[in-house]
Amino acid sequence: MMTETEKKAIQNDFKEQMDYDELLNCMRCGFCLPSCPTYIETDQQELYSPRGRIALMKGITDGVIEPDEEVTHSLDLCLGCRACETVCPSGVKYGHLLEDARSIIQSHKKQSVPVKMLRRGIFDELFPNQNRLEHVTSLLGFYQRSGLSKVVRKVGFMNLFPESMATMERVLPEVPKRKEIRERPRYFEHEGERQATCAMFTGCLMDTVFFTTNNATIRLLQKAGCDVLVPENQLCCGALHGHNGELERAKQMAKQNIAAFEHSGADYIVTNAGGCGAFLIEYDHLLADDPEWADRAKNFVSKLKDISAVLVTLEFHKTHRLKLPQQTVTYQDSCHLRNVMHTYEEPRLLLQSIEGIHFEEMEGANTCCGSAGDYNIVEPEMAMQILDHKMEQVVKTDAKTIVTANPGCLLEMKVGIERKHRTGSMRAVHIVDLLLEALDG
Amino acid sequence: MFSANEKKKFGKLKKGLIDIVGSENIDDSTSGRLVYSYDATPNYQSLPDVIVAPGSAEEMAAVLKLCNDMETPVYARGSGTNLCADTCPLKGGVVLLFKRMNQILELDKENLTITVQPGVITKEICDCVEAQGLFYPPDPGSMAIATIGGNISENSGGLHGLKYGVTRDYVLALQVALPNGKLIRTGGKLTKDVAGYDLTRLFIGSEGTLGVITEATLKLIPKPESQKTILALYQDLEAAGRSVSSIIANKMIPATLEFLDQDTLKAVEGFAHIGLPTNVQAILLIVQDGPAEIVDRDIQRIAEICREQQAVDVQLAASEEEAQKLATARRTALSALARLKPTTILEDATVPRSEIAKMVRAIADIAQKYDLRISTFGHAGDGNLHPTCLTDARNTEEMERVEKAFAEIFEKAIELGGTLTGEHGVGATKAPYLKWKLGEAGLEVMRGIKQSIDPKGIMNPGKVFADVSIEREATAK
Repeated sequence: MMTETEKKAIQNDFKEQMDYDELLNCMRCGFCLPSCPTYIETDQQELYSPRGRIALMKGITDGVIEPDEEVTHSLDLCLGCRACETVCPSGVKYGHLLEDARSIIQSHKKQSVPVKMLRRGIFDELFPNQNRLEHVTSLLGFYQRSGLSKVVRKVGFMNLFPESMATMERVLPEVPKRKEIRERPRYFEHEGERQATCAMFTGCLMDTVFFTTNNATIRLLQKAGCDVLVPENQLCCGALHGHNGELERAKQMAKQNIAAFEHSGADYIVTNAGGCGAFLIEYDHLLADDPEWADRAKNFVSKLKDISAVLVTLEFHKTHRLKLPQQTVTYQDSCHLRNVMHTYEEPRLLLQSIEGIHFEEMEGANTCCGSAGDYNIVEPEMAMQILDHKMEQVVKTDAKTIVTANPGCLLEMKVGIERKHRTGSMRAVHIVDLLLEALDG
Repeated sequence: MFSANEKKKFGKLKKGLIDIVGSENIDDSTSGRLVYSYDATPNYQSLPDVIVAPGSAEEMAAVLKLCNDMETPVYARGSGTNLCADTCPLKGGVVLLFKRMNQILELDKENLTITVQPGVITKEICDCVEAQGLFYPPDPGSMAIATIGGNISENSGGLHGLKYGVTRDYVLALQVALPNGKLIRTGGKLTKDVAGYDLTRLFIGSEGTLGVITEATLKLIPKPESQKTILALYQDLEAAGRSVSSIIANKMIPATLEFLDQDTLKAVEGFAHIGLPTNVQAILLIVQDGPAEIVDRDIQRIAEICREQQAVDVQLAASEEEAQKLATARRTALSALARLKPTTILEDATVPRSEIAKMVRAIADIAQKYDLRISTFGHAGDGNLHPTCLTDARNTEEMERVEKAFAEIFEKAIELGGTLTGEHGVGATKAPYLKWKLGEAGLEVMRGIKQSIDPKGIMNPGKVFADVSIEREATAK
């Protein structure tokens, strides 16, 4: 329970820190309602809609209501998919409002010691430190390779966890050895005619658990005629922090990343994870009030592109033959890649240029799959409800291969396949892995 | 805060409501109440005491009876998209939701009707019937969000008003729950029906002040075979207005004939990015539908008329897809304008279509007189304009000028033989002006009707009937 003092303090911070013009920019027309997954999944509860959430924020700021547990729950249940922004004629920056509100509430939250320790451990110690992440990943690798995973599954240890996490444990890819990550070169030369220089944003999860996908991205860029740099000292983009109310830490991480890429001389800064890309592309907003960093952030943002967009810009699909065995393929948008980076035509174009595949657009491909960063861990019930509805649409396409463009979505689709008992007849892949497969084929 | 007596009364009300709909369908939490304290009308907010979602007409009638017995105000609310504060619970009480009454009940292809529950989203009805080669024409800007119950209660218009009419012209039958707890059925699947007063029409557009619609049967027509869309571009607002009158004087009724001024064009383009011209003073968006040869002939003649009236360019939409994008973009006009200033206050003054050029000029003059930024868009073909004032509710001095300007716009519209509101409704925003249109004798008739159906005044209080009317003389020039 929140105490009266906490409520007052939150209310004060709302008054002082929330962007009131942006709150007023919402004219409450309701155009966002049909786009909101939680509004739909809760059978049209305004409390779980973007318009409702903005009204709550404004209500607290105006002093009409107090910030109680229901308010927090409404904000927590938001996926942060930002589909509402794409349909908002007034152009309300909902994502920014949400992050600010969460940050204020988070800063006043009295947490139990274990929760506090865990948060500090994850947000301050683990993710801002690629070394430690690699270490944790290598433990996961040991767990997978030593046969421990089989023992754990056999004795039913994972049954102690929520079903979504237990499934997640089964679908995690085989992680690389730490040595492999460590020994990857920092520079890769282009093949064929030289087109551009790319600096690869490797990401935290992408460069550990999805290390092979990062390597595939580099390979594709080389094949597309790019020199590829992997700048040192880069680290996690900070999205997890930003979305969880840890904005100050996110700013520090943004600065380190900007500095890491600043002198790379690259034409493009390339990401292959929609979730990271969307956070990176808003570094200019994150650091807008910091005179030393605002312009540097703008410069960083101006070069940032998702891998699909880079490949299409370089006409990779026209200059290379892509071929796969006959199969139906569908694509699940990464919300952040689509709604924030506005990249959604390019992945489809690339997939449609692969010979042998039949591309079947899925109904509602542009709506969230329920992964949403760590949402599937903190709000498992809603996440699974959304995923199950998503899988109904996947099955309708008859696709054998579900393509995604973000690690969270990829794992979520894998969980979905397990839940539908389709393992073996259906697979989920990251688009770069499929493209490389098509290139080799 | 409730007094002890009020607390006791509320406890009794809540218990009664739970008995009718079950505790899972009521909400009296603070957050739950806050998110139903508003609709799309700026500057109106008021917390209800409890939110109730009945699951059937019978439950709805029982809720009304209970509220009537306890003299508790009730407000029917669809998706809360209306623009006259009609769903804002100004006097506290019960907000009624329709999310459990959202089924399409029957599509009757022999009688060309569709029967629906009030919570169905209007666009769902359009999509459902169009898949069968049929057509439900009323298409308010909010059609993708708004409910049919809301549309009927507000008698919503839309882009098809000129040729096809408004919601009223497509409602054949209603089931209505009354404050006395009775359910009545009006009309039927009939074109001809003169048995008694036309109660169907009485409830259409009654803004929730008489009863609650619990079921509706709508008229459908065959879907037009083809359609074409053109944009006519103008550097002179009045020339656009004259084109509208001239097209109709030449005996053509376009399916859509929309006017957008430069501010609106810029705002809409800023959102939709579909290549709208933003370097002209105004455009007309014109659609004709019907058999292909007639559409071709009309579109050609309309284009000629626009050129004769000094259109600087006339462009034909290249594809059905492009035409759809234009119409969809037009529907976002009001919300897109909202991006320009913190507060957008929109009005709905309507004049006979022959007077449209005069009205456009008058709005521009009034904006200048009060030093306000007023953008105008709207359904030019049916004389229904939406002058929208871009302002900031926090600036009280400017808000006073806004009020004066709108009073003058109402005045002018009525002087030209028009009305205060063409399609958005009276609600709370225009109630103080209603007498200007109806006169005291007209209002008296309305009060008599209200009194006979809702004697305790529980149905959407504070709307349509003003506590205090604004006197016309006081604002006259």
